[in-house]
Amino acid sequence: MSLRESVRVAMQALRANRLRSALTTLGVLIGVMSVVLLVAIGQGARSEITGAIEGLGSNLLFVLPGDGEFGAGPQRSSFEVEDVERIDRSLPGGEGRAAGSLVGAEAVQAEGNRFNATVFGITEHYLGVVDRTIARGQALSASDVATGRRVAVLGASSAETLFPGQDPIGRTISLGAIRYRVVGVLERVGTTAFGPDVDRQVLIPISAAQRLFGSSRVDSIFVRAESAVGIEADRDAARAALAERLEEDEFSVVSQDEIIGVVGDILQILTWTLAAIAGISLLVGGVGVSNIMLVSVSERTREIGLRKALGARTRDITRQFLFEAVALTGLGGVVGLGLGILAAEVVATFAPVPAEVTWWSIVLALGVSVGVGLVFGVLPARRAGQLDPVTALRHE
Amino acid sequence: MSEAGPTGATHGDAAAPLLTADRVTRVYTLGRDNEVHALRGVSFVVDRGEHAAIVGSSGSGKSTLLNLLGALDRPTSGHVRYDGRDVRDMDDTELAQLRNGSIGFVFQSFQLLPRLSAVDNVILPLVYRPGTPRERRDRALAALEQVGLADRVTHRPGELSGGQQQRVAIARALVTEPALLLADEPTGNLDTRTGEEIMALLEQLHRDRGTALVVITHEMEIAERAERRIELRDGLIVNQAAA
Repeated sequence: MSLRESVRVAMQALRANRLRSALTTLGVLIGVMSVVLLVAIGQGARSEITGAIEGLGSNLLFVLPGDGEFGAGPQRSSFEVEDVERIDRSLPGGEGRAAGSLVGAEAVQAEGNRFNATVFGITEHYLGVVDRTIARGQALSASDVATGRRVAVLGASSAETLFPGQDPIGRTISLGAIRYRVVGVLERVGTTAFGPDVDRQVLIPISAAQRLFGSSRVDSIFVRAESAVGIEADRDAARAALAERLEEDEFSVVSQDEIIGVVGDILQILTWTLAAIAGISLLVGGVGVSNIMLVSVSERTREIGLRKALGARTRDITRQFLFEAVALTGLGGVVGLGLGILAAEVVATFAPVPAEVTWWSIVLALGVSVGVGLVFGVLPARRAGQLDPVTALRHE
Repeated sequence: MSEAGPTGATHGDAAAPLLTADRVTRVYTLGRDNEVHALRGVSFVVDRGEHAAIVGSSGSGKSTLLNLLGALDRPTSGHVRYDGRDVRDMDDTELAQLRNGSIGFVFQSFQLLPRLSAVDNVILPLVYRPGTPRERRDRALAALEQVGLADRVTHRPGELSGGQQQRVAIARALVTEPALLLADEPTGNLDTRTGEEIMALLEQLHRDRGTALVVITHEMEIAERAERRIELRDGLIVNQAAA
């Protein structure tokens, strides 16, 4: 029997049992749809988060506590403000490219408005290094940092929350029991689905933050390279500068690309995990196909016997039933793919979580659904092919 | 009769008879110490273009013999040969080709596929051989015309009378132009008049086309119409008589 004929016969049989075929297909359809949708969500999360890291500005180097081994727990920082200055002086081609920060959480209030803010203690070049701009007022100056002056720069949302409809410049806020004068407001960055809302920050001089949090350290140091080419020279300079005071395993200098690489890898694993979970429902759908094909074979025992008597080879019968199984799962694959893409669009439109349909999830979903048909169709199809024509013809 | 070697006789021998049963036995093992000897050594020959009847009561072994003659089953011992080729030596593909090319089955219960139209039922054996859908359809329509059903081609079996259904089955058997029509109680499910018509149709096709016709029946009246009767009782041939 030709391939075309096998396909025609298989389709004929599926049409004869429309409802059953549709329900069987549904199992595979749901499986494929979940694979496509969950992978789309995983991929979307990945590009959103790596995008957020890229949003810190390109050509950024991060100086972090610890030896930077992936999997090591958070390390206690040994950096001091002096280290930031030492790095800044060591960088080739001028100063102003290194900044440090000390981050903590503190309740902030002004005129009865109050919320829990992320408080950033920063050195004077911080805003330039991490690529933020002042919308109104002014940035924190070197003398603010040097003297630990009690002044603050507010994120856009912080300003709105504390001083709704008013100009916050010159007004006073309280962090804990200490009062700070607002000197500037930052340009709005906008929301991202992940990570802290940077517009809800409160920025104060690092020396003031050290007093506030009872620390003498700096959490992280950032270095802005002048170009992608200069990034290695800057990294070497920063390493050398820190090595004067600290041990090799007390710090690491990593580039933005490296962080994106690590985070991207983690999120890729997350995506694969989601795909695998969705794959389980595809597997269940496959078992359903197998089950229905076995029913179909036993219902059509006489037909199989007749076809054999009329000249069908074992191979022809096996192929006929295998095609039926693959047609069921393939159809579920195509429709499930369409619905999955549609669902991803809906999610991307209405949820804060972005969703990106990737080519490999499409190939995977279609490939796996056809594969499921082959794997789960083989057993019933072989059983059909091996039926003894004499017994099959006498079957009631 | 030439004896086929173990590996020989892969090609049909034109000089050999169409069908030979040579000391054929068939034993069914139903359980431990429970063997049924359905055939105990049956030998006969069917020549090209011959009309033979195999007659016997139920339990005589005629159904078993039908399965063996139809190459649906293999004998426990002895040989069934088509054109000198032993069925025992054929693999799955060769058996399928033999059933498809040389044998046309007509069953007591018609064995039509209920979801297919008459013409699609007749096309069924043609899909297992090369050809275009167009050719197959033309041949099936011609076969239906020959059995007098030109005006019923799109009807499904459920929409046809018993006699008409058996005519569709006969069209399906002859559409491959087989050398042998093998009819198993072809009138068993039909009333006397319709049965008479069906027998007349089979005999007419046998005469017009020179197709050998082997009818398996328990009815003497049907058997007596054949040129030769092979009477079975308890798995043995008790009488081979020319009419």
